[in-house]
Amino acid sequence: MTDALLQALLFQAGYNAALVSLGAALLGLAAGAVGAFTTLRRRALTSDAMAHATLPGIGIAFLLMTAAGGDGRSLPILLVGAGLSAVLGLVLLQRLTDTTRLTEDTATGAILSSFYGAGVVLLTVIQNLSIGRPAGLEGFLLGSTAGMLRADALLIAGGGAVILGLLALLRRPLAMTAFDPAHARLMGVNTRAADMALLLLTLACVLLGLRVVGLILIVALLITPALTARLWSNRIGVVALLAGAIGAVAGHVGAALSFALPDLPTGPAIVLITFTAFLASVLLAPGRGVIARALARVRLARGLRKGGARA
Amino acid sequence: MVDPTPLAVPETALTLSGLTVAYAGMAAVEDASARFPVGTMTAIIGPNGAGKSTLLKAALGLIPAVAGEVRAFGKPVAASLGRIAYVPQRAAVDWDFPARVIDVVRMGQYRQTGLLGRLTPGLKAQAMDCLARLGMEDFAQRQIGALSGGQQQRVFLARALAQGGDLIILDEPFTGVDAATEAAIIGVLHALRAQGRTIIAVHHDLSTVPAYFDRVLLMNRRVIAEGTTATTFRRATVAQAYGDGLLSAIPA
Repeated sequence: MTDALLQALLFQAGYNAALVSLGAALLGLAAGAVGAFTTLRRRALTSDAMAHATLPGIGIAFLLMTAAGGDGRSLPILLVGAGLSAVLGLVLLQRLTDTTRLTEDTATGAILSSFYGAGVVLLTVIQNLSIGRPAGLEGFLLGSTAGMLRADALLIAGGGAVILGLLALLRRPLAMTAFDPAHARLMGVNTRAADMALLLLTLACVLLGLRVVGLILIVALLITPALTARLWSNRIGVVALLAGAIGAVAGHVGAALSFALPDLPTGPAIVLITFTAFLASVLLAPGRGVIARALARVRLARGLRKGGARA
Repeated sequence: MVDPTPLAVPETALTLSGLTVAYAGMAAVEDASARFPVGTMTAIIGPNGAGKSTLLKAALGLIPAVAGEVRAFGKPVAASLGRIAYVPQRAAVDWDFPARVIDVVRMGQYRQTGLLGRLTPGLKAQAMDCLARLGMEDFAQRQIGALSGGQQQRVFLARALAQGGDLIILDEPFTGVDAATEAAIIGVLHALRAQGRTIIAVHHDLSTVPAYFDRVLLMNRRVIAEGTTATTFRRATVAQAYGDGLLSAIPA
């Protein structure tokens, strides 16, 4: 197992595995960097609802493809279905918070669970119909690199690169909107457009991550690297880059682990790696870390005692 | 399209005509009209819940107005935003945001840099100069969460200075700041006024109104009085907004 893991980590486990690992790393880079802005704009829970809302769309896209005579496994078409379904979920979420007395977190929970429930029902129906080749669909829940095609990996890598480019382009208005939306508007930033762009970039990460991480855990790839990076830096640009780096490492190692342990879904592997990075940072980070703060307390107490002795 | 309204007299920085704002069907600001002449410094005073912040936000288009018109420098306010700097209440933002003091000041330069424009050495020097005018140059690299309330307020004002606006609107700039910060801020504001800039601030400390401001807008949902401090800031007038009671400090 360790041999297989090492080979996968060093891109020696074959061309396809290397490609998938690279795709996962680029996905982690994009999701980490975008997630830095998503969490600062307080859209973490929204992104989770968005991810869960993709499931019915995946089922419907599969059914439409099989109805048209295919085997229902085209990743781009499944992702289009997932995207439409997620957008519908977001629109409903907006409606719920605007027109009812539900608070945003309650509405988010309602949308998340009902869309996910509908998706699971659809998937069960599909399994029972025994049409097409639905074997890969449950991979969208927890992520699976098994059976990933070269084209899929290229799609993820290319998409990740586009997301990163757009994020670099929009970083100033996004940061200003996240910090002080009123001021940003008065400075000529179209904050509605900035928020929409951020949601779309987040959605793009969710869609690209569906195959690799799965819809249940993709939120962790958006949030955890950002939280971790925040412990190490006080500058949003650095936080975004660091979060991207953490996400990239987690994506790569997670994909390698899933090659080495064929039954291990990629999502949980990636999540555990990001969480390990988070835990280590909580302990070790300078300034904000537990150890650094304990040391600072000790130093302060010692200084006070010395001062007291002199007096 | 020809603008049907004639150009306002250029000496007015901001004109409100019949501005009405409602929250959930309740009028927070009712039929407010006022004008703020160029080169003056106006205190907006009134009790809690009088709609002072709401008036300013609606004037800037940050919240929708039910009725009324706002013009800045003779043009609709949206067309003049480039000349207006706004300093929100300190509590309006999350100070744990990952940004340094200098980063916040540079947000005031967005109109110069735009989406991708580089921060030229000139812009960087200007941002540092804005901090220096508030005695904050040594804090440029500090994380904003590590600042005291007074220092945060100075950073916000430095960001407004970086914009270089002709009209500076401040929402409670002196709330929760110490005397040194208050003195630093008022020094900068008075210097701006001396350059012909116009300043409007929501203010709570009635005892400092005559020393700081040359004009007063007194409101309690409606505008009660408006004019120079000498004529407007009178006990009988202020009592209309606050009720009688602890107003012995105010000239009768």
